[in-house]
Amino acid sequence: MVDHIELLHIIEKNARLTPDEIAVMLGADAAEVKAEIDRLTEKKIILGYTTQINWEKTYPDHVTAMIEVRVTPVRNQGFDHLSEILSQYDKVTACYLMSGGFDLMLIYEDDNLKDIASFVYNKVAPLEGVLSTATHFILKKYKDNGIRFDHEKNDDRQAIVL
Amino acid sequence: MSINYEDKISEVVKAVPPSAIRKFFDLASEMKEVISLSIGEPDFVTPWSIREAGINSLIDGYTHYSPNAGYQKSKKAITDYISRRYGVDYDPNGDVLITVGGSEGLDLAARALINPGDEVIIVEPCFVAYKAAVMFAHGVPVVISTRREDDFKLRPEDLEAAITDKTKMLIMGFPSNPTGAVMTMEELKGIRDVLMRHPEIIVISDELYCELNYIDDTPSSLIKFPELQDRVIMINGFSKSYAMTGFRIGYAVGPKELIAPMTKIHQYCIMSAPSMSQFAVVEAALNGDDQIRMMRDEYNHRRRVILNGFKEAGLDCFTPYGAFYAFPSIQGLGVTSEQFCERFLMEKGVAIVPGNAFGECGEGYVRISYAASMKDIKTAMERLAEFTDTLRKENS
Repeated sequence: MVDHIELLHIIEKNARLTPDEIAVMLGADAAEVKAEIDRLTEKKIILGYTTQINWEKTYPDHVTAMIEVRVTPVRNQGFDHLSEILSQYDKVTACYLMSGGFDLMLIYEDDNLKDIASFVYNKVAPLEGVLSTATHFILKKYKDNGIRFDHEKNDDRQAIVL
Repeated sequence: MSINYEDKISEVVKAVPPSAIRKFFDLASEMKEVISLSIGEPDFVTPWSIREAGINSLIDGYTHYSPNAGYQKSKKAITDYISRRYGVDYDPNGDVLITVGGSEGLDLAARALINPGDEVIIVEPCFVAYKAAVMFAHGVPVVISTRREDDFKLRPEDLEAAITDKTKMLIMGFPSNPTGAVMTMEELKGIRDVLMRHPEIIVISDELYCELNYIDDTPSSLIKFPELQDRVIMINGFSKSYAMTGFRIGYAVGPKELIAPMTKIHQYCIMSAPSMSQFAVVEAALNGDDQIRMMRDEYNHRRRVILNGFKEAGLDCFTPYGAFYAFPSIQGLGVTSEQFCERFLMEKGVAIVPGNAFGECGEGYVRISYAASMKDIKTAMERLAEFTDTLRKENS
């Protein structure tokens, strides 16, 4: 019997582990682990596997923006209609419904500032139901998805401790 | 005329042998690019909220001595923690003494209670300080050797056989450094029964690894038997479970009558445990449960990987359910524990500790710590399989 919560915690941290490796870590059978991953994928609990990349090291002009959007909810659909439209854009990497002073938060990634500005005033602002936008640019990423950027601490423990 | 320093040193100190495997330690310390599975401390950095509590105490100016036994709120945090995790209530005023690590508590207990010539039963293989603490206190260590076939647990009959009319004390440590053995409440009942037949014996129970128990979420301990509470001193601390080794903070709890003489020595020798660390302890004891659970889960994954590594290397190892150590047998490979470790270090660049560092009965075994990254553990296990292959070929 595979503990699916423990399994999810393991692959959330390292998606590259094979079912064999996960099985050893869980003290379970590899076939069971594989079946459980299949089941969780089928149920859309596991949605996909991505790689955490520090794009700033590849494209110095890479920009991530957080765009706050205030909208008028649509009858019977609430915020789903607009969030559906905004999520269609490939460069929108996240779209959240928020509590507080605005409604939708978009995370948008691109290789230059102009493209982001263009996206906001050509695509987002004119949409029916959008009341206003506020765009924030990320200046530097220190930590993302639980991973700290450019952080390395050497193991300074004594070689042998009894 | 030159001084003969040898004459100046206390006979008691001279009688405690320096570590027999010093040469091996020096070798390991000097080598570069070594994968070390020989470290008896967590690889995690202390959780931030705990470090922050220590930092805030400095900002707030708590830079003075604390009361000898510790700040009231730190002692209270500890007794609340014990009540929550062990279900045993202690009085923060008198039953608890905050020490500089668990090791100080051990030393204080030995010095406060042992008279010259008193016998103290020690359960080996064990943490190296037990025997030394007894000898420094002019006691006579009486060793019980635990065995692989008993999963290195203490057997009631062995305890009974070791008791004489000179026995003052029993020192035991479970979950065990170096074997990783855990004693369940059911197994401790047998020990309790022996102790009930010998009401004069005091027990020092070292439970530094109590939270690193992979079969039972609640710590097992002799303090949970009400009939023993008047003579069990639990030595515990935050170093291992909370990754706080550098804070040097631990505690002893037990009956006031036994904690008081320990506090007397502590008062003269140490004065008080570091104030900053005592503030960090409040945060750890009251709000650290999630953090230790996260670390324990991670150790548990590594534990299984390392046991699988032994299987692939063809090494026999009982299943350790506690601490962050495994204690596989290297018997039948034609080498002693020290030879095994020295060659593994020189030929494969992996440092582990010979079992005989923890008592004679540890010969034929090695201690492997999994307080190391998964990447290092996996690489070390691949090299272990290669190395044992080499040894088998040499013997064939």
